[in-house]
Amino acid sequence: MRGNFLPRVRWRVGRGPLKLVGLLGLAIAALLLPFVAPDPATTNIAVFTVMYIGLATAWNIMGGYTGYISLGHAAFFGFGAYGLGLMLVHLNITPGYAPFVLVPVAGLLSALLAVGIGWIALRTRAATFVIVTIAFMFMMQLLAENLVKVTGGGGGLGLPYSHDWGGDFFNTPYYYAMLLLAVLGLFVSWWIRRSKFGLGLLAIRDDEDKALAVGVPTRAFKLTAFVISAALVGMIGGVYAYYVTYIYPQFVFDPLIGISMVLMAFLGGLGTLSGPVIGAVLLEPAQLEFAYRLGASRLYLVFYSAVFLLVILLLPRGIVPSAAELLNRRRARTVVS
Amino acid sequence: MTLVLEAAALGILTGGVYALMASGLTLIFGVMRIINVGQGALVILGAYLSFAFFRSWHLDPLLTLVITMPLMFGLGVILQIVFIRPLKTDREALSVLVTYALALGIEGALGYVFTTNYVQLRAWYETASFAVFGFHITYVYVFGFLLCIAILGALFLVLYRTSFGGALRATMLNRTAAQLIGVDVDRVSAIAFGIGVATAAAGGVVFGITNAFNPGSHYDLISRLLTIIVLGGLGSLRGAIIAALIMLVTEDITAVVISPVWATFVFFVILVVVLIFRPQGLFGVRVRDRI
Repeated sequence: MRGNFLPRVRWRVGRGPLKLVGLLGLAIAALLLPFVAPDPATTNIAVFTVMYIGLATAWNIMGGYTGYISLGHAAFFGFGAYGLGLMLVHLNITPGYAPFVLVPVAGLLSALLAVGIGWIALRTRAATFVIVTIAFMFMMQLLAENLVKVTGGGGGLGLPYSHDWGGDFFNTPYYYAMLLLAVLGLFVSWWIRRSKFGLGLLAIRDDEDKALAVGVPTRAFKLTAFVISAALVGMIGGVYAYYVTYIYPQFVFDPLIGISMVLMAFLGGLGTLSGPVIGAVLLEPAQLEFAYRLGASRLYLVFYSAVFLLVILLLPRGIVPSAAELLNRRRARTVVS
Repeated sequence: MTLVLEAAALGILTGGVYALMASGLTLIFGVMRIINVGQGALVILGAYLSFAFFRSWHLDPLLTLVITMPLMFGLGVILQIVFIRPLKTDREALSVLVTYALALGIEGALGYVFTTNYVQLRAWYETASFAVFGFHITYVYVFGFLLCIAILGALFLVLYRTSFGGALRATMLNRTAAQLIGVDVDRVSAIAFGIGVATAAAGGVVFGITNAFNPGSHYDLISRLLTIIVLGGLGSLRGAIIAALIMLVTEDITAVVISPVWATFVFFVILVVVLIFRPQGLFGVRVRDRI
């Protein structure tokens, strides 16, 4: 895939110490949020926003770095959700903090699924890859609906939930779990971006055949990125299932979840570290608000589609690369004058 | 055994409809190198347009095509000019997102206008049937199949017997070279997109008579159409038609032999097996950087 629209601009725009202070401030704000605004309506929005920060960041590891656009990541989200749900039901786990310990297992299950799907899907490229990932997502949805004895089918699957957590505290544990996963995703994404592995992924994005020719093990690298991305998405799906306590095949293997993380990464800036975060913070609260206000009339879909089209037509490279370019140009101008 | 044969016959008849819808999709890919994820939503839009005429003027659903196909052709040309033409770089990836957004917009607008309740187009041939060698075949499937054959035939005539078809095939083969010898590729692209959307209108009517649908029906439809064109090989009309027949025959036979809930799943399994051995699909050509 010739990614000539993809950003080559570095994501670090500010200066070192200033950036550190800013990041520290953001981290403290994120940690203190449930104490500052403890009402469930606010923390609910916070849980979903942080969830999408994690999802968009995880998707970006595959879609942004290698340029392989997967529209089927909801397959791993749903697999993680059902994985955790079934473990909780069959292992008789006492609800409380114990289920969170099983979240990495849900991630591992999604990673195993990703090895299988990736092995087949990554034989194809570009457009075909996009379609094959969509096909796998629907395959998983069909399986969840049809294997009634295992999953409960279209009737959904109920998860145990803690009766001790009530009132303002109910959302808090889930918020921190989502936050932890988002930070883990960001750390992995940052680490990959700096590593030789990450350099190989970017080379695949720019010209896969040349990358192979200069000795990048493209197959192994692509599959590794796909599996890492899927594992993170699967863990987030697990926490989601425990949070909403009742899951249905069409709402976890949901094409809209798959496209949302892609849109957020695109809005912020593909292949950047901060892009998916910015995209999620801008879009998810707006999406929740619109779904809440206009949900019954389905008009929120029209709104979502309009934002989507505007972003792609006006900012095809995303906010972060466009802003960085603007800053660089301004800086260049000051040097000249 | 007769059940299986009847299922196979039904599969071929309904496969014609899917062949028509998928051929529009693969034509658009061939000319523009873009995947129109909105094709499913456009099919549903076509079905709703016919439904609107059917409801207010009591027109026969198949007759409404005289109005809806030109309408949808115009819509396709406009969509191409407004949303697809501005994409200059990395069209394949961006076009998927743009057309997905269009699909969501159409779904939302249809939901607002027609609500999310299921509706179906009604006609006398919807349930009336006749017997051939002991099989009962409903008229609608035969009419739908004949309609699809007629439209596909017209499409092939345009592609292989007119100078516009020559320009279109030249654009499919090599866009830059076509431009160099004087083909107005922008115009060809807009018209090809219009044709693709017009086939969605025709497919929509037959789909709307044989299925109850609501604005969300496009997800199921587009996943099937996309897998059909991948199985056939992206950009191959022949491949799309054959893959559509394979899909519907497999589904209908599975529904009889195993269970209806596994019908689509079996087709996905066939797709996966084919992709392991032929990543470019049945009739696709393996081009560097493009598979």
